[in-house]
Amino acid sequence: MINNSRRGKLLAVAAVAALALGATACGSDDTGTDTAAGGGSSAAAGPVTITLQTFGGGKNFGYQEAVDKWNAEHKDIQIKYDNLTDQFEQIYWPQMIQWLQSGAGAGDVVGIDEGGMGLAKAHPEWWADLGEFGLQNRKSDFADWKWENGVTADGKLFGLGTDVGGMSLCYRRDLFEKAGLPADRDEVSKLWPTWDDFVAVGKKFQDKVKDTKFVDGTNTLYNVVLVQEAAKNGNVSYFDKDNNLIVDKNPAVKTAYDFAQKISQEGLTAKLRNFTPEWNTGMKKSQFATLGCPSWMLGAVSGDGGAGPDFKGKWDVAAVPGGGGNWGGSWLAVPKQSKHPKEAAQVLDYLTGKDAQVSVFNFAGNMPSNTQAQQDPAVQGAKNEYFNDAPVGDIFAKSAAALQPVFLGVKHAQVKNAVESVVSAIDDGSVPYANGWKKLVDDAVKAAG
Amino acid sequence: MSLHVDAGQPTRAPMPPSRKRPQPRPGRSFLTWLDLKAAPYLLVSPYYLLFLAFGLFPLAFTLYFSFFDYDLAGTVEWTGLGNYVAMLDDSAFWKAVVNTLAMFVLATVPQILLALLLANALNKRFKFQLFVRLGVLLPLVTSVVAVAVVFTQLYGRDWGLINWILGWFGADPIDWKAQRLPSWIAIATMVDWRWTGYNAIIFLAGMQTIPKDLYEAASIDGASRRRQFWQITVPMLRPTMIFVVLNSTIGGLTLFAEPTTFYNGNVHGGTDSQFQTVSMFIFEQGFREFDYGYASAAAWMLFLLILIGSAINFLLIRRIGGNK
Repeated sequence: MINNSRRGKLLAVAAVAALALGATACGSDDTGTDTAAGGGSSAAAGPVTITLQTFGGGKNFGYQEAVDKWNAEHKDIQIKYDNLTDQFEQIYWPQMIQWLQSGAGAGDVVGIDEGGMGLAKAHPEWWADLGEFGLQNRKSDFADWKWENGVTADGKLFGLGTDVGGMSLCYRRDLFEKAGLPADRDEVSKLWPTWDDFVAVGKKFQDKVKDTKFVDGTNTLYNVVLVQEAAKNGNVSYFDKDNNLIVDKNPAVKTAYDFAQKISQEGLTAKLRNFTPEWNTGMKKSQFATLGCPSWMLGAVSGDGGAGPDFKGKWDVAAVPGGGGNWGGSWLAVPKQSKHPKEAAQVLDYLTGKDAQVSVFNFAGNMPSNTQAQQDPAVQGAKNEYFNDAPVGDIFAKSAAALQPVFLGVKHAQVKNAVESVVSAIDDGSVPYANGWKKLVDDAVKAAG
Repeated sequence: MSLHVDAGQPTRAPMPPSRKRPQPRPGRSFLTWLDLKAAPYLLVSPYYLLFLAFGLFPLAFTLYFSFFDYDLAGTVEWTGLGNYVAMLDDSAFWKAVVNTLAMFVLATVPQILLALLLANALNKRFKFQLFVRLGVLLPLVTSVVAVAVVFTQLYGRDWGLINWILGWFGADPIDWKAQRLPSWIAIATMVDWRWTGYNAIIFLAGMQTIPKDLYEAASIDGASRRRQFWQITVPMLRPTMIFVVLNSTIGGLTLFAEPTTFYNGNVHGGTDSQFQTVSMFIFEQGFREFDYGYASAAAWMLFLLILIGSAINFLLIRRIGGNK
């Protein structure tokens, strides 16, 4: 789901019961070959605890309500919802790779951001085969690309989609009014058909409102422009479809970088890097007025870690300049090392299912990739109270339908991490604008090597 | 090694005469051997076993892997000295070395001077002596992450206390994380906050071993307090000084927690690695890029760096008071 960030509590890993059970009832089906016929493994020995590991800031995967509901209804299988960190590329994914490679430490159901899926697909040995638990029949719930991305090179189904990003632009109504700009979301959308218009509006805004910058930093909008441009350049960003690094050849990357440099040079940024404590404080202190908003960003803004309840109704959602786009979106998978693959698959089935996905959307705003959930009236007609009753269901369902999936290479997460450091470094002044592009390419080559 | 634990046996009450001459029971000689020869080794072995498992083995293993191109979830290939050759040409590595050395100097020099002055002050007679002496150790008891989190807020660009105070004097806010020198200073103060008191206590212990009559003689000769401090206290503290400086060198060159916490737990050490230390570089290469071989080679380079740094400092400190 999110790309970088979801803050959450680190829950303690308990599960004495699960351990006891692992030693008795489930001792034999560790390999996951024991399919539906087994059945009784969770019967007498007490509840199985399934650990769900995710990442992200604010409300992260948005599973809190769905998990509470499941735990109340299923005494024999309890979900332990453990959001590990708000940083995917820098903390969550490297740690997860170590756990998967060493065969211990990973949860029973784990979240994977789109940027990690290339590597995940290349390692079928890390994952339980969801096909063995009957999840092949979920194919019709997903768009083809979302489904295919959860299938390894050798044809094993290992992951099902949770959300898609879609794209919008969040803005602060109250500050727009203060700047003498229209505050209504349709009129705001008309202000910026293109990114040049967006920059012009930004300058106008900052002439009127002195204490607030127009955007948070370079990194958020860099990613927004990158996915838009990638869709125009063969749906590739850092890697081509043969996994060759094309950072220096893909015009999409250069265009996105140039835009990031432009807003920084024009002084429109608050010089805050997304998903840092300073960025969260920046929202609480009204340091910036707009934010590139894939659906999962809504939860990062409205959650306590982000702007929080004090700003309820002050944010709104408008169309993004330059058309749609998709940033982020995640999958859930069951690691092979899970002691309870059958129960884990059941939980995964539920969490990617229609009811749970509708609950996630209403709780956090993450747009389901499950097409049944997308078409559900509760999603289609949904308004987000925090964002001044914006019709987010309509906005994101439309962008999800028109979505162009971008291919992400095996080492996408590493390259993205290196590139984003440079994109942030030109903003805080530690890398001069003149050297930025060269450093970006050099560091990307190093990270891919 | 012999402990002679059974030396008391002959003084026992005389045995009844009907008994045969005491014949060692079978296994007795084994027990004696166990008692006299093996036990001492067994008793000291836990340390060596632990050192073997957690010290020597990783050391050797790291050396071994530094000759490989070892990618977790990837290939393992022998490259000989390839990692080391690549590192000599890696600007990111050298940047980390410069950062580490700069932070080491910025942290250690003021720290040792402050600790000396503090110890000197604590060495005088005053009320609540024990309480105050223990008080300087308090920062050490605080978790390093807690210290770093608080300091990170103090050094915040937009809402930090330090910039606010600087603002009173009309200074522009400093972006402590974006510029190299300010970031080094910020981290150096965190290190000093934590370790100055500890070093002061060690200096204090050293000072208390200096014979009082030296000071009395100096006073009679008319030497001022200041002169006594530099001409008697400091030279007499030389052995303590060597310990403190070597300790600080090893600690300073392996600095990790403070700069990592300063950047939100990210081992990149700032957007442009402004304050990435060599330890963070090793971690980034090993556990972020999964290039274990390269990280192992970097670890050995750090080992070399510490050896050189310690040797230089040892030679420098040995010259203290050498003019006498």
